[in-house]
Amino acid sequence: MKKVIVVGNGMVGYKFCEKFVVQSESKDFKITVFGEEPRPAYDRVHLSEYFENQDAKALEMAPAEWYADNNIDLITGERVADINRTSKTITTAKDREFSYDYLVLATGSSPFVPPIKGVEKEGVFVYRTIEDLEGMLAYAAKINASKSGGRAAILGGGLLGLEAGKAVLDMGLEPHVVEFAPKLMPRQLDSRSSQVLKLKLESIGLNIHLSKATNQILGNGAIVGMEFGEDDMLDVDMLIISAGIRPRDELGRACGLEVGVRGGIVVNNKMQTSDENIYAIGEIALYNQMIYGLVAPGYEMAAIAVDQIIGNAASLMPGEIDMSTKLKLIGVDVASFGEPFMPASKGHSIIFENKTQHLYKRINVSLDGKKLLGGILVGDASDYSMLHQIYLNGMAIPEDPSQLILPSSEGGASFGDVMDLPDSAQICSCESVTKGQICGVIESGEAKDLGDVVSFTKAGTGCGGCKPMVSDLTNAKLKSLGIEVKDSICEHFDYNRQDLYKIIQVKEYTTFNEVLDSHGNGGHGCELCKPLVASLMATIHADTANKEYAIQDSNDRFLANIQRNGTYSVVPRVPGGEITPDKLIALGQIAKKYDLYTKITGGVRVDLFGATLSQLPLIWKELISHGFESGHAYGKSLRTVKTCVGSTWCRYGMDESVSFGIKLENRYRGIRAPHKIKGGVSGCIRECAEARGKDFGLIAVEGGWNLYVGGNGGANPKHAELLAEQIDNDTVIKYLDRYLMFYMRTAKPLQRTAAWQERLEGGLDYLKEVIIDDKLGIAEDLEKEMETLVNKFECEWTQAVNDPEMMKRFNHFVNSEEDDDSLVFVPMREQKMPQPWN
Amino acid sequence: MEEILEKYKTTKEEDVKVWFKAASVNDFPIDGGACVKYKDKQIAVFNFARLNRWYACQNICPHKMEMVLSRGMIGDHKGIPKVACPLHKKTFSLENGENLNGDMDAIATYPVKIEAENVYIGFSD
Ligand code: SRM
Ligand SMILES: Cc1cc2nc3c(=O)[nH]c(=O)nc-3n(C[C@H](O)[C@H](O)[C@H](O)COP(=O)(O)OP(=O)(O)OC[C@H]3O[C@@H](n4cnc5c(N)ncnc54)[C@H](O)[C@@H]3O)c2cc1C
Ligand code: SF4
Ligand code: FES
Repeated sequence: MKKVIVVGNGMVGYKFCEKFVVQSESKDFKITVFGEEPRPAYDRVHLSEYFENQDAKALEMAPAEWYADNNIDLITGERVADINRTSKTITTAKDREFSYDYLVLATGSSPFVPPIKGVEKEGVFVYRTIEDLEGMLAYAAKINASKSGGRAAILGGGLLGLEAGKAVLDMGLEPHVVEFAPKLMPRQLDSRSSQVLKLKLESIGLNIHLSKATNQILGNGAIVGMEFGEDDMLDVDMLIISAGIRPRDELGRACGLEVGVRGGIVVNNKMQTSDENIYAIGEIALYNQMIYGLVAPGYEMAAIAVDQIIGNAASLMPGEIDMSTKLKLIGVDVASFGEPFMPASKGHSIIFENKTQHLYKRINVSLDGKKLLGGILVGDASDYSMLHQIYLNGMAIPEDPSQLILPSSEGGASFGDVMDLPDSAQICSCESVTKGQICGVIESGEAKDLGDVVSFTKAGTGCGGCKPMVSDLTNAKLKSLGIEVKDSICEHFDYNRQDLYKIIQVKEYTTFNEVLDSHGNGGHGCELCKPLVASLMATIHADTANKEYAIQDSNDRFLANIQRNGTYSVVPRVPGGEITPDKLIALGQIAKKYDLYTKITGGVRVDLFGATLSQLPLIWKELISHGFESGHAYGKSLRTVKTCVGSTWCRYGMDESVSFGIKLENRYRGIRAPHKIKGGVSGCIRECAEARGKDFGLIAVEGGWNLYVGGNGGANPKHAELLAEQIDNDTVIKYLDRYLMFYMRTAKPLQRTAAWQERLEGGLDYLKEVIIDDKLGIAEDLEKEMETLVNKFECEWTQAVNDPEMMKRFNHFVNSEEDDDSLVFVPMREQKMPQPWN
Repeated sequence: MEEILEKYKTTKEEDVKVWFKAASVNDFPIDGGACVKYKDKQIAVFNFARLNRWYACQNICPHKMEMVLSRGMIGDHKGIPKVACPLHKKTFSLENGENLNGDMDAIATYPVKIEAENVYIGFSD
C-alpha cells in the first residue's frame, strides 16, 4: 500500500481526493490530507454567499464523513511545517511526523498585502477564508451600530475586488473601490469597457477611484482613512485588501524545490515538481511560468496528478489554458474570453457600445474573418456561453461577424444553437464536462431531466456560469429524442400550473388528494405542489386558506408570516393607507398589550412583530373588534394599494387617488394569485405613490386615468407598462379584472406579473388585444370569474377566530397550554428583537 | 446551542422505555403535524394520513436551531416521507431523519404507536 500525503485541503486539494477515490487503482493507496483551516474544504469561489446566510456548511465541498467513508484520513486544523525529502517524511506544526511515497502540494495562495504604512491597523481585512468574512461581518456590525453612513474601501479593482465591493454594499456600508491602474479589471478589460463598467457600477452605488496609489493608512489603532498623496485622502472605517495573490510556496522553498522568480512551485506537464515524488497543483503550481488564479485549471491539474500517480503516464496538462472569466456579481454582467485585447496586426475588432444602457461588446476576429479569437462583454453577458464555445471550438462564424453581438433589433441574428456544438465542446470547464458526456447520459436513459444531468456529470456545480447552457443543452437533447420537456411542477405531477388549473376547473376537484390521486404520479405531494394546488383552489373556488390548511404554504397555514425565530407578524389591512386616529390608537394599544415590535412597512401600513403562535388569534380577535381585517401580508395575494393623498388635499391632484385606491384594494383583497400583487394610485404624474413600480398602477391625468401593468420592485425592478390611457373608473376596473384574471389563469407558479408579461408571446401588443379588444373572446368569462371572487370574499382571520375547531391550529403544543419557552428576545431601541442567529 | 441538540437522540422501537401518551388522534391535522411537549423536549408529530402512518421527530430545526419543524409541510421525495422546515425549506426524512436536500446532520426520530385512538411516542428516558 503506497502512501499519498496531500498538503492543503482547499478546493483543488479536495478535487484531487474526489478524482482519486473513483479510480479502481485507488485501493492500493492510502491518502492522508492535511488542512490548516479549521474545517474541511469549502467552495471558495462562492465565498461571498456566506454574507447572505452565514451558513458555512452549505459551502462545504463534502462533509467530514465523506473523507472517512472513502478511506481518506482528513486532518484539519494542522499545518504541515516541514518536508524532509531524503527521509520522505513531513512534520506538522504539532510536531507529528508522517511518511509518504508521493507528496501532493495543494497549498494554494494567500492574499497579497502590499507593504503600505499602516496595513496592520484594526479594521483592515483580506478576503480569502470564512474566518476573514466573519471578521468583516463583526466589524461592519460594530460600525453600523456606532453610526450611520459608515464607509469601507476595497484596495484593488479586479474581479475579486468588485465582488468585495458588492459585499460591502450588502453589509450596509458605502463602498469605495480604489484601483492603482487607470482602469477596472485591468487583466480582463480594455479601457472603453472598463469605462462602461465603471458607469454601471456607480449607478448601483459603488464609488470608483482609479489611478490611485495608496501611500499610507491613517488612524490611531483602528483605520480612519487612506492617504493617496498630499491633500488627497479618503475617510473610511474599514478596508478590504484585494490586491492579488501570492502562492504559498514556503514549504517548497524550504526543502529546495525549484520555485519561480515571483513565487510558485515550478511544475512540468505531469504536475511534477523538481522532485519526481512531489507534485504541485492549484494556485501553488507555476506552470508555463504562470499561476492560474482560477479553479478550472486547478481541477484539471488535480486530474493530471491523479492519473500520473496511479500510473497513467499519457495524461498530460495541455499547453494552452483557457482563462475566460465571467464576473458573478449580482446585477452586473461582465465577461471576457480568449484574447480580450488584440493588436491590429493579429486581427480585427468589432465594437458595439451604448453608454446610456451601460452596454459594451467587443469581439476580436482573425484577419481572414473566419475565427473568433476573443472578446469582452459588459452590461449583457447573455451570449457569453455561446461566444465562448464558438471561440473554444474554433467554430465557423457568420460572414458578417457583427451579427454575433448586435442586438437583434439592429440587424443582429440569433446565432449558434447548442446542438451545433461538436461533441468535444467543453460545456462546464470547472468539472471538464463535454457536450458529448451530457448527451451521453441522456441518451443512455440514465438522466431524465436537468437534475439527473447535474448529479451524474457534475456539470454546473463549480462556478455555475455554465448553468444556462447545461439547461439549454439538456432540453434540446431531450427534445431531439422525442422526450417532451415539461415545465412540470415537481416530481408528483407531470403538469404545469396552467394544465392543472384547467384540470381542477373542468373536473371540479375540491381537495388536494383528489387532484393528486387522479392526476399525480403516485406519491404524496410536497412543499411545491401542495401550496400550488391550494392557490388554484382559492382562485377557482374562492376558498380561503382555512379550507385545507395542511396544504397551505407555511405562512398561509397560520395566516401570518413566520419570522426568523419562529414567531409571527401581524399586518392588518389599511386600505389605501388611510387610517383614523382611533384605529391608530387601537393598533398602538394592542401592540403594547402583547409587547410587539412595531414598524411602519414599505407598503403604507403597520406591522406588529414577535407574536407567538398562540397569541395570534387573541391579537386578531382584538383587532377585528376594532374593525380591522386580515392584510394578507402572508399570502400570494393582494398586499396593498399604495396611494398618494391626491386631489382631496394636494394642490396638484387631478383626481381622488385615495378614494379610488381604497376601492381597488377592497375589491381585490383576499384573491389568491401565482404571486403577490401590489397596486398604486397616484393623483398626478409626480407619482408620489410609485404606481409604476407596482403590478398595477394608476396615474390621474387630464381626462381620466392612465393604467399601467406589470411593474415591481424586488430583486429585478421593473417599471409597469402603459396598457390604456385616459380611461374612467369603470373602465379601469373592467380592464383590471380581465388583466388580473388572465394573469391568474396563465402564469407559472411564483411568477410576478412583470416576469409573466415579459414572457408573454406577442408582448404588450398581444396583451392589449386580449384585454382591450377581447381577441380571444374570453373577456366576459374573466370578468365573471373575478366578480365571483369579489363577491365571495371573506376575511379568513374573522373566520378562524370564530371557529373553535380552527383555533386549535394555533397552540404551540397539542398537549399543553404552555408557550414555546425556547424564545429569547433582546432589547433594541426601546423595543425588542429576536436574539440573532450565531 | 449544542446542548439543546444533545437532548434529542433517535430512539429505536426496541429501546423504548416509556410510551408517552401525547394526545388524541383527532388533535392532529390530517396530513400535517403538531408539537408535543415531553418533559423538557419538544417533539414534532405527524399524521401522515395518506400513508396511514404516524411519525415523530425533534421539533428543532438543525439549520437555525428554531422550534418549528412541527409546523412544516409533509410530503415525499422519491417515495421517502419527509417534512420541509417552514423557515428555509430544508427537508428531512421522517423515516430516519436524514437531510434530503443538503448535508446537514440528521434529526432525531422517535417511534409512534396508536392505541385506542390515542397517540403514544416512544422514549428511552
Ligand atoms: C414588512 C415589509 C418590510 C418593511 O418593514 O417595510 C416586508 C417584509 C417582507 N417581505 Fe417584502 N416587505 C415589505 C414591502 C416590500 C416592498 C415595497 C412595497 O410593497 O412597496 C417590496 C418591493 C416591491 C415589490 O414587491 O415589487 C418588497 C419585495 C419583496 C420580495 C421580492 C418580490 C419580487 O418580486 O422580487 C419578497 C420575496 C417574495 O415575495 O418572494 C418579499 C418578501 C417579504 C417577506 C414576506 C419575507 C418572508 O417571507 O418572511 C417579509 C416578511 C414580512 C412580515 O413578516 O410581515 N418582499 N417588499 C414590507 C411589508 C409591506 C406590507 O405592508 O405588506
Ligand atoms: C472571494 C473569492 C472569489 C473567487 N471567485 C472565483 C471565480 O469566480 N472563478 C474562479 O475560477 N476562481 C475564483 N476564485 C479563486 C479560487 O477560489 C481559487 O483558484 C481556488 O480556491 C484555488 O484552490 P487551491 O486548492 O489551489 O487553493 P485554496 O483553495 O487556497 O486551498 C489551499 C488550502 O491549503 C491550506 N494550506 C496552505 N498551506 C498549508 C500547509 N502548510 N499545511 C496545511 N494546509 C495548508 C490553506 O489553508 C488552504 O485551505 C475566487 C477566490 C476568492 C477568495
Ligand atoms: S423585509 Fe424584505 S428586504 Fe428586508 S430582509 Fe426581509 S425580505 Fe429582505
Ligand atoms: S431553520 Fe429550518 S430550514 Fe432554516
